[in-house]
Amino acid sequence: MAAGVATWLPFARAAAVGWLPLAQQPLPPAPGVKASRGDEVLVVNVSGRRFETWKNTLDRYPDTLLGSSEKEFFYDADSGEYFFDRDPDMFRHVLNFYRTGRLHCPRQECIQAFDEELAFYGLVPELVGDCCLEEYRDRKKENAERLAEDEEAEQAGDGPSLPAGSSLRQQLWRAFENPHTSTAALVFYYVTGFFIAVSVIANVVETIPCRGPARRSPREEPCGERFPLAFFCMDTACVLIFTGEYLLRLFAAPSRCRFLRSVMSLIDVVAILPYYIGLLVPKNEDVSGAFVTLRVFRVFRIFKFSRHSQGLRILGYTLKSCASELGFLLFSLTMAIIIFATVMFYAEKGTNKTNFTSIPAAFWYTIVTMTTLGYGDMVPSTIAGKIFGSICSLSGVLVIALPVPVIVSNFSRIYHQNQRADKRRAQQKVRLARIRLAKSGTTNAFLQYKQNGGLEDSSSGEEQALCVRSRSAFERQHHHLLRCLEKTTCHEFTDELTFSEALGAVSLGGRTSRSTSVSSQPVGPGSLLSSCCPRRAKRRAIRLANSTASVSRGSMQELDTLAGLQRSPAPQSRSSLNAKPHDSLDLNCDSRDFVAAIISIPTPPANTPDESQPSSPGGGGSGASSTLKNSSLGTPCLLPETVKISSL
Amino acid sequence: MGIQGMELCAMAVVVLLFIAVLKQFGILEPMSMEDSSDSELELSTVRHQPEGLDQLQAQTKFTKKELQSLYRGFKNECPTGLVDEDTFKLIYSQFFPQGDSTTYAHFLFNAFDADRNGAIRFEDFVVGLSILLRGTVHEKLKWAFNLYDINKDGYITKEEMLAIVKSIYDMMGRHTYPILREDAPLEHVERFFQKMDRNQDGVVTIDEFLETCQKDENIMSSMQLFENVI
Repeated sequence: MAAGVATWLPFARAAAVGWLPLAQQPLPPAPGVKASRGDEVLVVNVSGRRFETWKNTLDRYPDTLLGSSEKEFFYDADSGEYFFDRDPDMFRHVLNFYRTGRLHCPRQECIQAFDEELAFYGLVPELVGDCCLEEYRDRKKENAERLAEDEEAEQAGDGPSLPAGSSLRQQLWRAFENPHTSTAALVFYYVTGFFIAVSVIANVVETIPCRGPARRSPREEPCGERFPLAFFCMDTACVLIFTGEYLLRLFAAPSRCRFLRSVMSLIDVVAILPYYIGLLVPKNEDVSGAFVTLRVFRVFRIFKFSRHSQGLRILGYTLKSCASELGFLLFSLTMAIIIFATVMFYAEKGTNKTNFTSIPAAFWYTIVTMTTLGYGDMVPSTIAGKIFGSICSLSGVLVIALPVPVIVSNFSRIYHQNQRADKRRAQQKVRLARIRLAKSGTTNAFLQYKQNGGLEDSSSGEEQALCVRSRSAFERQHHHLLRCLEKTTCHEFTDELTFSEALGAVSLGGRTSRSTSVSSQPVGPGSLLSSCCPRRAKRRAIRLANSTASVSRGSMQELDTLAGLQRSPAPQSRSSLNAKPHDSLDLNCDSRDFVAAIISIPTPPANTPDESQPSSPGGGGSGASSTLKNSSLGTPCLLPETVKISSL
Repeated sequence: MGIQGMELCAMAVVVLLFIAVLKQFGILEPMSMEDSSDSELELSTVRHQPEGLDQLQAQTKFTKKELQSLYRGFKNECPTGLVDEDTFKLIYSQFFPQGDSTTYAHFLFNAFDADRNGAIRFEDFVVGLSILLRGTVHEKLKWAFNLYDINKDGYITKEEMLAIVKSIYDMMGRHTYPILREDAPLEHVERFFQKMDRNQDGVVTIDEFLETCQKDENIMSSMQLFENVI
């Protein structure tokens, strides 16, 4: 309800006294009103700027933050005011809404910031007053469109990164749609463009009268008839190329039905059909007339250029979007033509040898006059005719001039939008790269820290102290948090290199991974992978990272050496493991990660699987029973036997 | 029509266009409407300031703080200080969206507008509220009588009562339970008159009204209902 209504409610209730004498039943008791403290002034402190208002003002809208008891959460008892850590400029508008009942939209603020403030204070955007509503909606729509465009561009523009497993069809389609992705596509693009041009030029030149080399008929005939074979060959070549292109596109299209219905494919079909029809139709006199007509359709080949030119596509799109304006233009022109043609006909009726023989004949005069062409083949001779003719030409200018600016502005808007979209896409890549860099900076700090063994809580503190930089409290807490996450998921953070290395190694070393999975039969690779926790010193070996990237072959060597290093401490770990099979998560994780190392990074030791083979029967059996227990995360890990397998 | 006809038409059209152009330049002043635009520039300078706070306090039974609070709300809604009938109807109709409250609002407006000048000032507003909320039972009943007596002649006739009752039923709207019958208002009025009209002369005077109401327990008990509205 509006603010006004709340103010008048006591009045309306008081006026109900007038119903009392008429009431035939006793009226219900009034709702208990808590002792009102009377009106008081509240102080609302928004980022230092103090706003003071009556409590009643805020109570007008009880379903918002300020009008309900929600504001008590922000009450600062020491200062006796409500403190909000928000934008004071925006708050002004919010408070004015309570005072006047109308929410105004600030012109110079970002519309999203305004939206956020509204959401915070519990105001629905629909409350924006009529005076500002249209502008608010327009700006919001603009923003939304722009964001949608960006998202689309992001999704679509991941050109280079096509999933490895895409079929020939998908690759072909991508090549067709984005010629810039590969050289072959680019070549194809230019070749088709060239042939379109050749075809169009041939069609044009065909009709130019060529004078033969001095002999035979002095009569000029068009080149097409002088060199029929040459032109036929050229036509055939072009049509073959176009047909091939069309069939390839049809094959590659993800949705054939949709492709068949699309405008471009229709143009393609119309461009090549006349040729085939011409082949099929026998060359006799009756049909050759139609055959000649068909040749006209060859000109549609020029529309194939629209695949090559963005401007053409924009023009087409503009015309489509201005359909209503064009329709209006056409309609008003038709009306005016009919009116003026009728008038002119009757005005010129009396003259002998007049051109205005009928009203339809006068149509031609009207059109020519209204579009200010003025051929002069039909001219009024009477005074009335001249007067009406001049009125006709004046009105023609007006009628045509009216819808044209609308079309022009539409075209301009769409064109600029496209320009902006392209520019933004280019800038977006740079922006994203910079953002990624900043993000990786923080990740790298953590990884660096881990590499330096900073998270070791025991052992050789001095060496590490040297390499460990002093960190801020924030960094410490952040790293602790990341560590907790690692512990929870039994995965580790790693850098891109090692991960993609691992990824590459997996696909390459399929044999090795298979054999190792055989050795640890009962447990599928999945659970092993999931039940991996890195031991501190072996952290580097296992890089089951959560980031994607490509890996260099170089780090394989690194893993080799590390795996070798780990062999030495293995016995101790094994013994300790023997002693306490269900030791701390850390120790448990040791074994797990070894196994995992093999699964994920069958790097080094080509000999590892072989060595593991002999012991597999022995280890597999006991490993089976233990690993069966370990199907869930975080449970005590595999028995030493499996460790044996893995540590080899 | 011969050629002459067409030429006449052409001449007529030319003359008309000429006149249109001249009008554009404002040369043909006498033809245009006078001061049609001036009235739009007229500022709504009608404003009313209420009497002083002290006088109002003397006239009503509200405290100063209450008067201040009331005035703030009133002024917020009507910056000019006056409420005209249409605004009043609009405000009242927001409380009863299901039905049509315009007729009843009209009667109410007349009841509040003591000096019948077509607008409720703050003084009228506050004085009325004071009677309704803080007045004695006697005063409240007198106010109700004043409301029912549409022509303020001191007698409530059946027609006046019927109008009032019908307007109250109108506020209910069409969707009621049980369904509103056509003769319900009339019945109601008959019952009312049976109760109120002592000497059966077809009208109810103020004394009859007061007497009957004071004897009725229902009415007496519900008089206390709206005391704590403010």
